[in-house]
Amino acid sequence: MANLRMPPVNLGRWLLWGSTALLFIVAPLVFTQGFALTMMTQMGAFIIFALSYNMLLGQGGMLSFGHAVYSGLGAYFAVHALNMIGKGTLAFPVMLLPLVGGSAGLVFGVLFGYVTTRKAGTTFAMISLGIGELVHACVLMFPRFFGGEGGISTNRVVGHPFLGLTFGPAIQVYYLVAFWCFACMIAMFALTQTPLGRMANAVRDNPERAEFVGYDTQKVRFLQLVLAGFFAGISGALSCINFEIVTDENVSALRSGGVLLATFIGGTGFFFGPIIGSVVFIFFVVALSGFTQAWLLYLGLFFLAMVLYAPGGIASLLMMQLPVIRAGRFRRLLVPYLLALAAGLVAFAGLIGVVEMVYRISDASLDSQMSLFGVGFDAKSPQPWIAFALLLAAGLVALRLAAGHVGERWGAIHNELQGSEP
Amino acid sequence: MEFFIVQLLNGISYGLLLFMLSSGLTLVFSLMGVLNFAHASFYMLGAYFAYQVSTYIGFYPALVIAPLLVGGIGMLVERYGLRKVHRYGHVAELLFTFGLAYLIDEAVHLVWGRAAVEYRIPPSLEGPLFMVFTSQYPIYRGFMMLVSMAMLVSIWLMLTRTRIGLVIQAALTHPQTVEALGHNVPRVFMLVFGGGAALAGLAGVIGGNAFVTEPGMAAAVGPIIFVVVVVGGMGSLAGAFVASLLIGCLQTFSVGLDWKFAGLFARFGWTVTPETPFATLWNITLAQAAPVLPYLLMVLILIFRPRGLLGTRDG
Amino acid sequence: MSAAAIELREVNKSFGKTQIINGVSLAIERGERHAIIGPNGAGKSTLFNLISGRYEPSSGSILLNGEDVTGLKPFQINRKGLSRSFQITNIFHNLSVYENIRCGALWGSGHKYSFWHRVGGLHQVRHRAEEVMERIGLAPRRNMSAGTLSYAEQRALEIGITIAGGANVILLDEPTAGMSRTETAHAVELIRQVTEGRTLVMVEHDMGVVFDLADRISVLVYGEVIASGPPPDIRANAQVKEAYLGALHGENNSA
Repeated sequence: MANLRMPPVNLGRWLLWGSTALLFIVAPLVFTQGFALTMMTQMGAFIIFALSYNMLLGQGGMLSFGHAVYSGLGAYFAVHALNMIGKGTLAFPVMLLPLVGGSAGLVFGVLFGYVTTRKAGTTFAMISLGIGELVHACVLMFPRFFGGEGGISTNRVVGHPFLGLTFGPAIQVYYLVAFWCFACMIAMFALTQTPLGRMANAVRDNPERAEFVGYDTQKVRFLQLVLAGFFAGISGALSCINFEIVTDENVSALRSGGVLLATFIGGTGFFFGPIIGSVVFIFFVVALSGFTQAWLLYLGLFFLAMVLYAPGGIASLLMMQLPVIRAGRFRRLLVPYLLALAAGLVAFAGLIGVVEMVYRISDASLDSQMSLFGVGFDAKSPQPWIAFALLLAAGLVALRLAAGHVGERWGAIHNELQGSEP
Repeated sequence: MEFFIVQLLNGISYGLLLFMLSSGLTLVFSLMGVLNFAHASFYMLGAYFAYQVSTYIGFYPALVIAPLLVGGIGMLVERYGLRKVHRYGHVAELLFTFGLAYLIDEAVHLVWGRAAVEYRIPPSLEGPLFMVFTSQYPIYRGFMMLVSMAMLVSIWLMLTRTRIGLVIQAALTHPQTVEALGHNVPRVFMLVFGGGAALAGLAGVIGGNAFVTEPGMAAAVGPIIFVVVVVGGMGSLAGAFVASLLIGCLQTFSVGLDWKFAGLFARFGWTVTPETPFATLWNITLAQAAPVLPYLLMVLILIFRPRGLLGTRDG
Repeated sequence: MSAAAIELREVNKSFGKTQIINGVSLAIERGERHAIIGPNGAGKSTLFNLISGRYEPSSGSILLNGEDVTGLKPFQINRKGLSRSFQITNIFHNLSVYENIRCGALWGSGHKYSFWHRVGGLHQVRHRAEEVMERIGLAPRRNMSAGTLSYAEQRALEIGITIAGGANVILLDEPTAGMSRTETAHAVELIRQVTEGRTLVMVEHDMGVVFDLADRISVLVYGEVIASGPPPDIRANAQVKEAYLGALHGENNSA
């Protein structure tokens, strides 16, 4: 299938950025529930984190398992700065605190980047894992600076209010995060249009050839990592402001894994992929974790399914539809898509049933009476097991068939489009 | 002296366990180019399966059944998962195994809960093997070393003396040629991946009751295995062996020692007070720093000898 | 006498115990079009890899425009004015045709690793890339992903990336490999035009191309240069004939 490249249309770009800004501004007025605001604030900070991660993965071809090091260390330095502002020993506007985090991320990017970018590919991935573990272990070893397992807490309502903004209320924090998120999005996008950004892509595609056109690939990777560390640090500082606490979890393998999952699910091949991925990921984590203990299992399954069937992520799935829509043939895909979606939902319902029942049974402290989808049943009796297993099996079979159907339609449309090409 | 010998024996037995794990990882990496992020998860599965089997039947059957189960799972993973992702490249393969690790971790949580399970050393293997001065050296540690060595020797024999071993060795560098000669290379891959998983599972069977069997065990030992492979040199079995013993002894010795920089400075007449800059750093004991040491070693190797101790590949 | 563009002095290269290049000494003058021919496995690609810095010689020295470049890294040698193409197409498959060529021209702009310049605003780079794209005839394919081009188009792109930087010394490794008659003729014309006034070293199997383009030819057999000179001399050289046709001769005798 021909790769998609949208030629830059300046009007389109202004429109895109403009509507994004509008979206940021308007969102809290549309989604007014309390938890929606905190979720969106988290999404904003995570978007910066994921975009910075994609500077490495999607743009530079560097798979890192330890990116939380930069955001976490940025958070730690930011929290200390914030506490110093609170005590009066530092006069610095809270609004600009992300720059403190960013600087810390930058410095550690230089420090660790020197060691890690000597190698590429799989070795780089493992080294990043090792550095991540090293930093995590060190954080727990020096409680005076890092606060041990309890972490360092802070108060964000300090210093001089900026135009009456104290950043106490959640809505003010949201707009602060939204501002930085938008600014960083623009900055990181602009970076992709620079010589460094372009050569990072080249190094990703063919590091050897990049050397033969005069570029030191190690230097390109190093610089890319340093800049990514900067933005990750900004994200960490925003997280510190939002939660008013920084713990060892901020530098943990779990957080590094999370940003990897989010970025990949969103799609590494397009700039906006990680944005989608962040929204989906935070939604999973915040919303789903309230409903079920198994949310990480579901997320893991979702991730695996993406790796197997849609390695380009959600962004690539969306972009794939564009030429079909432009050729006016999307209607023919609508029904097959809906059928596949229905089959998928059936299978998913069966899966949820089985998983939740296993959880119920294995937890000795809970009794076996439970309810799902509004229906109550006993997890120890065989009927619900059979029912859900059948649902799962039927759903999978139906999904197989529906997916085949989608594939056929795609093939037909593809042939037609190929035929009509000059 | 006694301390030294006991810790050395412990370090060697732990190092052999690490080698069982890292050798499987290295073999799979050398043969298939895939770095199996879920390798430590197979280790964990081995321990849990052994726990389950030994509660129903006994430890000795578990010694055989659990690795076979894990090996079977490994083969299924290769056949239905890894093979599919292969065409998307090494990054995708690594991501697949990464997601798999999450999945296995969560599945273990799901079935066995979040607390550690009571996977015990069988009574027949409890007690002292011999005395080292005043300390007892447990039978089970000796048993661990025995099983590790036996397994590794038989793997070495299989690779160098049997036909399938020669095919594997050939496929290591020339998979297309081997396939053209009529050997079923995809099946070889499946067997090797399953074999690596089984090896990890066996390590779990003997390690799970010596140490602890809990859902966090994969995440605890996983990064160490990667460090072993990087320090030893990617793709080098001999390097993995040396690095395993080195790191095994490093971790075992350091946990028992209370040395600190402040003590060293005191020898030279410098006293470290709470006012001294970086006082915390100078007062950290080796035992406290133990978790960090393997990673520090890795960083040093990367700076001074990037290809690893015995490595020949360049990343 | 001005320095030769490329000079090899007693260059040896072994991989382990196998000696691939055996005491090669060669001088290629500026502005010369030089072809290196020889049977398969003679070490021609290895020679290119040595000159361009991919491999380091086991002994001997390599000079570029009179400067010793032995053991330098590929990007260092490239910055000194040498550019090479590859036998197996080595392009940036996810980037567009235009971006591929622009990458080749980017270092020459002097902006190096800048992350504060908009690459779209670098006019010099843009003009150069457009110019090269026209020359190699890929302007209509400008926005297509390089990985989706046809084989011959990719070979043309390969050459395009190589010349985009404006290097004075150009190494082309089997540029017409796998091409049809017409495609080859096309490629020869292209190579002739873009190497006007520059030094060209070419590894080739197609004798037609060699005798068409080359000012001088060197014959490499088992890692040694057995003959070097203008085309008529090589044509008439008995050793060369034996190296290429020796096996056939032997078979005829024994049959």
